[in-house]
Amino acid sequence: MNQTDAEVPSANGQTDTEALPEATVLFAGDSGDGMQLTGSQFTLATAHAQSDLSTLPDYPAEIRAPAGTTYGISGFQVHFGSGNVRTPGDSVDLLVAMNPAAVKVHLGRVERGGTVVVNTNAFNDRGFKLADLDANPLDDGTLDDYRVVEVELSKLTREALSDTDLSTKEVDRSKNMFALGLALWLFSRPMAPALEWIGKKFEDKPALRDANRHVLKKGYHYGETTEQFVTRYDVAPADLEEGTYRAVRGAEALALGLVAASEKSGLGLFYGSYPITPASDILHELSRHKNFGVMTFQAEDEIAAAGSALGASFGGQLGVCATSGPGLALKTETIGLATMTELPMVILDVQRGGPSTGLPTKTEQGDLFQAIYGRNGDAPLPVVAPDGPADCFRAAYDACRLACTYMTPVILLADVYLANGSEPWRIPDAADLPPFEVNFATEPNANGDPESTHVNGKKNGEASFLPYRRDEETLARPWAKPGTEGLEHRVGGLEKEAETGDVSYDPANHQHMTDVRAEKIQCVARDLDPPAVYSAGTGADEGDLLITAWGSTRGAVETAVDRLQGRGTLWPLPPGLEAIFDRFEHHLVPEQNNGQLARLLRDEFLLDFRPYGKVQGQPFTPGEIVEKAEAMIS
Amino acid sequence: MPEDESQNETPPDGTKKPTLPPGYGDDGDESSSEEDTPSGTKKPAGPPASSGDDAGTKKPTLPPGFGDGAGGDGSADGEPALSRKDFQSDQDVRWCPGCGDYAILSAVQRLLPELDAEKAEHVFVSGIGCAGRFPYYMDTYGMHSIHGRAPAIATGLKASRPELQVWIVTGDGDALSIGGNHLIHALRRNVDLQLLLFNNEIYGLTKGQYSPTSERGKVTKSSPYGSIDAPLNPVRVALGADASFVARTMDRDPQHMKAVMEQSYDHDGAAFVEIYQNCNIFNDGAFFEFTEKETKPERALFLDDGAPMTFAEGKKGLRLDGLSLEVIDLENGRFSTSDCLVHDASDEMLAELLGRIFWDEPASNGSAGDQKLPRPFGVIYQEQRPTYEELLHTQIDGITEKKGAGDLDALFRSGETWTVE
Repeated sequence: MNQTDAEVPSANGQTDTEALPEATVLFAGDSGDGMQLTGSQFTLATAHAQSDLSTLPDYPAEIRAPAGTTYGISGFQVHFGSGNVRTPGDSVDLLVAMNPAAVKVHLGRVERGGTVVVNTNAFNDRGFKLADLDANPLDDGTLDDYRVVEVELSKLTREALSDTDLSTKEVDRSKNMFALGLALWLFSRPMAPALEWIGKKFEDKPALRDANRHVLKKGYHYGETTEQFVTRYDVAPADLEEGTYRAVRGAEALALGLVAASEKSGLGLFYGSYPITPASDILHELSRHKNFGVMTFQAEDEIAAAGSALGASFGGQLGVCATSGPGLALKTETIGLATMTELPMVILDVQRGGPSTGLPTKTEQGDLFQAIYGRNGDAPLPVVAPDGPADCFRAAYDACRLACTYMTPVILLADVYLANGSEPWRIPDAADLPPFEVNFATEPNANGDPESTHVNGKKNGEASFLPYRRDEETLARPWAKPGTEGLEHRVGGLEKEAETGDVSYDPANHQHMTDVRAEKIQCVARDLDPPAVYSAGTGADEGDLLITAWGSTRGAVETAVDRLQGRGTLWPLPPGLEAIFDRFEHHLVPEQNNGQLARLLRDEFLLDFRPYGKVQGQPFTPGEIVEKAEAMIS
Repeated sequence: MPEDESQNETPPDGTKKPTLPPGYGDDGDESSSEEDTPSGTKKPAGPPASSGDDAGTKKPTLPPGFGDGAGGDGSADGEPALSRKDFQSDQDVRWCPGCGDYAILSAVQRLLPELDAEKAEHVFVSGIGCAGRFPYYMDTYGMHSIHGRAPAIATGLKASRPELQVWIVTGDGDALSIGGNHLIHALRRNVDLQLLLFNNEIYGLTKGQYSPTSERGKVTKSSPYGSIDAPLNPVRVALGADASFVARTMDRDPQHMKAVMEQSYDHDGAAFVEIYQNCNIFNDGAFFEFTEKETKPERALFLDDGAPMTFAEGKKGLRLDGLSLEVIDLENGRFSTSDCLVHDASDEMLAELLGRIFWDEPASNGSAGDQKLPRPFGVIYQEQRPTYEELLHTQIDGITEKKGAGDLDALFRSGETWTVE
């Protein structure tokens, strides 16, 4: 909100409306204050106003932390703008704080001079004590550098609903609607989407429906009538591509991508999962879509989740499992088995802070090494990394396609920020999705081996099935479903002889099979486009500094590049990287771990990639990357 | 290193596949080399036995039931009957000569032609251990998976492909130690599969450490002063996990083994079959008390649903005394078979009593003296309840009927949408 494009007189003449290119709003309060809901509804209205946007929910690991405490604060941040919005925002322009603890926790994220709306009814001795504050932040100078708007949210809500039969508890619970109404007014967002949503949500409870709608409108009109606001803001519609949109969270987009893969391939989706934060949301979402034939299996542990998915894959289904870092560690042996048996399998890893239990609700990209290298023996596999919540759909769909095309396990690396964050998703037509055809083996593929007395028990010239005879192009082995007559075969974790798939301890064969497994994964790179260098529209593709990033860090990096001047599969690395790297003098690699991609790139290209690791449970802000980049080239 | 190690291993009959890997059978985990055989145990009396194409080779040390006789007799009317040979893969069987696994493999290969499923519908899933090699010897679909995880893999397979016949082959270490968790959950979910647990009370493939079913005090390589671990009772583990079918049989009684396997196949649900299997290398004779003709009549009780519980060639029986079982003498004139308990496999309390007859078998206080209770074999417990995959697909079908088959475009557009023009 630092830059002002134009001043536009407001309709009522009392308040000026200022046009902003972008703004960031943060709602914060107790877990029970309904902040996630308020944030989502503000997001929806913003989407309807055709802004580009990005959100960051931030909630405590505790389920019902004591009310009023700092560790019970639940926040929802929305960044929206008329340009390309790729991150949930560097700093906050408007903080809506439902209690003193919310101010204490989140004031540091508010831009100096930004607006802080506080619910003064919660600013009492009890509230200060719960927040462990010695004094009232409204009086002690804490808020001197900010524009503070004091609103008696609780009182105004009670007054608005004084003539209803609702209980005090029910009345108090709708105060978030007052805050929402006020925020909508302040940023000139439409009320209609929220009104409609309330109508659906309380379809069977007309009293609550009317009360919530009434309070929402009261909050909106309060903005108009109170004279506390000098300026009202507007953010012009973004120049979005034509189409139908919806807001989508990364976890939802992952689930939709899996369902789409199942429908387009005709494979049944079998999803084995053991509950783990933050991956459980995918299980919740998928288990609602059983009318797509989705089989969800809540396994007894992480190992069984992976095992059941692999069993389903052996049966000719789309075997998928999802987890987070600690669970991926437990699935390691099964993923190795999938590599050896060359069966398709998709493992979604929603990364969180590590090691060990780490920071279960905070974001990190620390599992890169675990995904690429973390198995016994040489066990290469493709790793796919979405770069935004909406891209999670593409990534899940692609992961399934790669797995089936190359007969290999595929790991998808999402993270807490991607899974919980949301952004507008341009809804594709199912018919336009990339084709996804699976051809199962139905016939023998060999006529006996003239060098041998028999192959798979067949005499010379007699048709037989060689489960490890490969496709020349993809090096994938055939996928024969149990139940297919004449193709009976065995797979397993012991090294397999080329072609026959029999157990083999032959040294030369093991060398050969190790090489082929590596080569097969490198084949994946052939289908990838060389990455484009993002240069904020300047067209530059050489220079002093190249910033290389992966996954969810993309948004912050691109925004940083925008300020400085102006996808796809992570492993195997896409082609053409070497030529790009050679055109730049310095290399910066920001990532949310201690430099895993930087080390990997150094290993591959023998160049001086400078790691910039951030492991604070929060995504990068573009500002941090700008600062680092400037330091490198100054 | 010899140019072609495989030549060293080619058996006299010359039928070994030239492509068979050298070293198969004597890598670090294998137990077939003689130098690893503990002193005092029986040495293998002949070359490794093999099934498949080398029919006719004499295998003097083969256990009962593993001969090269005719295949199964289950020819269906008008259809070309499959035989035992149709279920033998081309792989040489590499278990130690004299191993109880041969008899189990033979029983399965004799049984399958008699069953109503197509050959291609059978899938054998195993874990790690000597038993884990089982699928390689079956000419069916199969997966030799990782240690302890076969029930998890089989669950995913059966749940998503209910029409398949899924068999799990596992051992005491595989099923009850590293894979204990998966075992109990597959059983309580009642996935329709047959789980054959080869119990030899020892870790064989790793060359002789005590297992979770080894008796306390057992001296092994890892317990030179005797094991201090209490053994698990597999049958009671299965009953405790609410298995819907629990049975016990033995490698040395092929007819009984085959009959129990057939009952397990006919059962709709998770069928747990414990098979006493002799490891003649590391734990020879662990079950001879129950399996050898000198002691078997007195020590083994063969259960028959609806029949009185008698043993010792009908000379003894079991009856209920309060809440305990006691042995009664059927020859002294005081008791007759009508005094004996009648086996009812659907009675879960009876199953509890039978399951408790284990290592520390209570001495009978009956008229037959303080004799130990005989170990029960056969189907100990069986109940009918819905299978996991039945419930899974019934639910999916019901929801699909109610909501209509899924429409991707409608799913994508669910919730709030807006249009940019």
